[in-house]
Amino acid sequence: SIMSYNGGVVIAMKGKGCVAIAADRRLGVRGHTVAMDFQKIFEMGPHLYVGLPGLATDTITVAQRLKFRLNMYELRENRRITPKTFASVVANLLYERRFGPYFVEPVIAGIDTKTGEPYICNTDLIGCLNEPDDFVVSGTCVEQAFGMCEALWEPDLEPLDLFETISQALVNAFDRDAMSGWGAVVHVIEKDKVTVRTVKTRMD
Amino acid sequence: MTKTTIDLPPKGGFSFDLCRRNAFLESQGTKMPKFRKTGTTIVGLIFKDGVILGADTRATEGEIVCDKNCEKIHYLAPNISCCGAGTAADTENVTDMVSSQLELHRYATGRDSRVVTALTMLKSHLFGYQGAVSAALVLGGVDVTGPHLHAVYPHGSTDTLPFATMGSGSLAAMAMFESRFKEGMTREEGIEVVCAAICAGIFNDLGSGSNVDLCVITKGGKEYLRNYQQPNPRSYTHSKGYHFTSGHTAILSSKIRALRNQVRVVEGDAMEEE
Repeated sequence: SIMSYNGGVVIAMKGKGCVAIAADRRLGVRGHTVAMDFQKIFEMGPHLYVGLPGLATDTITVAQRLKFRLNMYELRENRRITPKTFASVVANLLYERRFGPYFVEPVIAGIDTKTGEPYICNTDLIGCLNEPDDFVVSGTCVEQAFGMCEALWEPDLEPLDLFETISQALVNAFDRDAMSGWGAVVHVIEKDKVTVRTVKTRMD
Repeated sequence: MTKTTIDLPPKGGFSFDLCRRNAFLESQGTKMPKFRKTGTTIVGLIFKDGVILGADTRATEGEIVCDKNCEKIHYLAPNISCCGAGTAADTENVTDMVSSQLELHRYATGRDSRVVTALTMLKSHLFGYQGAVSAALVLGGVDVTGPHLHAVYPHGSTDTLPFATMGSGSLAAMAMFESRFKEGMTREEGIEVVCAAICAGIFNDLGSGSNVDLCVITKGGKEYLRNYQQPNPRSYTHSKGYHFTSGHTAILSSKIRALRNQVRVVEGDAMEEE
């Protein structure tokens, strides 16, 4: 399948006044691992991050196109975009190519700076938004990730606990998937700071 | 001198610039990924005072449930709503687009929208794309001419009915309707029949599940009852939860970036005015 050509997984979780978004770091060409530091999570604002698992070329292209649309928005409106509006921008970009889509399934995580509300969502590859209250997963090991998140997540986790929960969910999910893994990066976004940590994982 | 092509921002509508690349990939033998479908049981019913629409809340991506509580009853106008089945992105975008067109139409005509207007807009859009936009809809509303209920199929055909069901759970729901429907039901009776039909879909169809959403539209207004019934509570949870001690996960590197406000007030004197 074209979505598992390069491999990769992204998870985002909601916590108490914070969100966390985490991804693996592998870039492969079918079974052959090519890089172990491939960036899948991109910063779209101080409190807004988007993860783009799927075909790597589309990951890079969609990240660049989103950044362009975001910059145009900020120039026109003269303010930072809210996560909910950004999700609409992503959905629009993807649905525009309904009959020849980008092979990415984005995950968006951010905090609305005005209200302090955490926000997560993911879309399928043609832009259907899904905005749950708990967690979102996307990538090659969705089934494992769904299972791990469903078991480990609980509401109102503090930032440090949220980091532990999302790291354990991600690492144990991609350890059962041959196409993802080789390191993990976790961003925990709070109202006043963002903590980026790389996690020690199995490298096989 | 080389000619440079400027990538102008799109004016709306679909863009087909990746079709050639995707067709090439498909010809190489790679499988195309599945879109998110709504699986679904959606129903509509006309009762004494108006229309009741009902839907389940499961969204599936292949065989996996990707959303346990999605919204399938979409807003079209203050007096019109639409349930959507099929490819989720298509139902979402088609209803949003028609909702915008209806609002412009209301401003242009100065009147409340009619259900047949929404119906015509939907069917002509869907027929134009010859079924490629896979949206099966149950459209219902109350306007000056009375209550109306229509079923819209992905290729653009429509049916006007006193009760309608669509989606993978439509057979289960239709069985309930055919046995229990009668003309001129009260609001309570109507809601009971609609809930029974959706529950039949939830429990018997694999593509439908979770909760029941309702929308009751009468001349007086629209009442959206989100999660009216929740017959499937979460059952398997660890009573104590999983708690990891801080520092349990091995970290290779850590970087903290403090986010400050863009404008900081610093001590200083005000400027002298000339």
